[in-house]
Amino acid sequence: MKDKFKFDWLLLPLLGAAFVLIIWTATSATWAKGLPSPVKTWTGSKLYIEKPFEKRGEQDQGILRFTWYSLQMVIKGYLIALIVGTPIGFCLGLSKTFGKIFDPIIQILRPVSPLAWLPLGLILFQRPGPSALFTIALCAMWPTVLNTAVGVRAIPQDYLNVAKVLKLSRWKTLFKVMVPATLPYMFTGFRLSLGIAWLVIVAAEMLTGSPGVGGFLWQEYNSLIYEHIILCILTIGITGFILDKLMGLMEKRFKTA
Amino acid sequence: MPFLELKNVSKGYGAKDERTEVLRDINLQIEKGEFVAIVGYSGAGKTTLISLIAGLAKPDSGTLTLNDLEITEPGPDRGIVFQNYSLLPWLTVYENIYLAVDQVFPNWSAAKKQQHTDKYIAMVSLSPAREKRPAELSGGMRQRVSVARSLSIDPQILLLDEPLSALDALTRATLQDEIVRIWETDKKTVVLITNDVDEGLLMADRIIPLSAGPNATLGPSIQVDLPRPRDRKAINHNTRFQEIRREVIDYLLGTGARQRTTVTRKLFLPDIEPEDLSVPRNLFRKRPVRRQEIKTETMEIS
Repeated sequence: MKDKFKFDWLLLPLLGAAFVLIIWTATSATWAKGLPSPVKTWTGSKLYIEKPFEKRGEQDQGILRFTWYSLQMVIKGYLIALIVGTPIGFCLGLSKTFGKIFDPIIQILRPVSPLAWLPLGLILFQRPGPSALFTIALCAMWPTVLNTAVGVRAIPQDYLNVAKVLKLSRWKTLFKVMVPATLPYMFTGFRLSLGIAWLVIVAAEMLTGSPGVGGFLWQEYNSLIYEHIILCILTIGITGFILDKLMGLMEKRFKTA
Repeated sequence: MPFLELKNVSKGYGAKDERTEVLRDINLQIEKGEFVAIVGYSGAGKTTLISLIAGLAKPDSGTLTLNDLEITEPGPDRGIVFQNYSLLPWLTVYENIYLAVDQVFPNWSAAKKQQHTDKYIAMVSLSPAREKRPAELSGGMRQRVSVARSLSIDPQILLLDEPLSALDALTRATLQDEIVRIWETDKKTVVLITNDVDEGLLMADRIIPLSAGPNATLGPSIQVDLPRPRDRKAINHNTRFQEIRREVIDYLLGTGARQRTTVTRKLFLPDIEPEDLSVPRNLFRKRPVRRQEIKTETMEIS
């Protein structure tokens, strides 16, 4: 059975894609007349894909240009999440008292939807840009916080004994032993956080109307150009997939032992 | 005045009601330059004893002194070789040792520290593996790194906590010889904890049995007055060797074992294998494997 044909890594996923295309075509042809067919979607989106970086107007730009706007926003919010989240995770993992004080709050704040944070951000910052960043950072932070905390708690006692026997200073213990020992966990958290950040940006753009893939999607819905909605969905999906793969590669590089 | 002295040391674990005394009334005196082996059952409290000497644990009662100073915390004057190597997996052999050298001799020039590190890597014949990470080394090589790291900080005393018990018999024999060779050139004070009587007899000046726990205590100290170098083949026929061996084993099986309490408890392991998290997450991830489904087991022998 194994290695029957060499291209199954390509053929099998294509088979899945073909299956979805068939259902899509059938749906648009039968009960959902509003849904554009795959062919119609392609002709409608051609211009955006063929000239991905062109700027024809504020609301009419190539799809990769919109993606780039969204990515810039995501990266900023994501970095804030990491910079804030990692130390919090370390404190949670190191101190039982700290954990007991803040764990209930974290558990309550964690499941709150990004859509709920955004209005609060708008009240706090008055402008859509910073409030979107606020929402991304707040939502994307939790996986980093929790994974870092778990990683710190999982540091083998042996490593800490080495630090004790050598009488490493607190800082040296932290940066020479604890941080490297926690890195694999931290990167798992970073990867999950990036996924969430990318989810949140779309929702945030739809609500604030700032330029980006999500904003474009909402605007085209309001202009009744449904082909572009599908284009946006695919772009969001592919970008998210690529981001996850990139983080996966990073994670592998930092894997110790 | 002995170099290392333990006086009426006791140590127990657990809360008041379920408290078990692991070690009771340990008295031990070790002279400078001596190689002492402590043999005992697994679970007798050997590791607890070495943790006390290392300062990683505090005794409930009694005092420990090294060179007239009371041991209160761990420090680089006592080099420890742990059973499970305790190397930092993200550092190379060189970096693992350099970390220790850098910490203990901060005033040395970089060149001197490097030279010192390389000297100890060479001492355990690992120079070709200098840039390798622990994961790329065999168990014996890892333990050598650990020995080199402990010696590189020039400790007053070297504590070996079952350093060789995780290794296969052949590697074990070579490392035993190597440790004795290093000890003979360095003349450090060494405390070796082991569960192998022959290992103790082959390496040490003095051998002390530790009775079975709980309430483990040290038995009579026996001088191993066999000439060095000791040849592991010839020594088996040495009558003095056989005598000491019988004496130690008699103690361990007789007096030392008497207070052994039997505990029967059935332990159930979950019927599932740990999942391999390094496999990429996708739709085709293998489902968790139950232990009972495993037909073959592969083992790596180095």
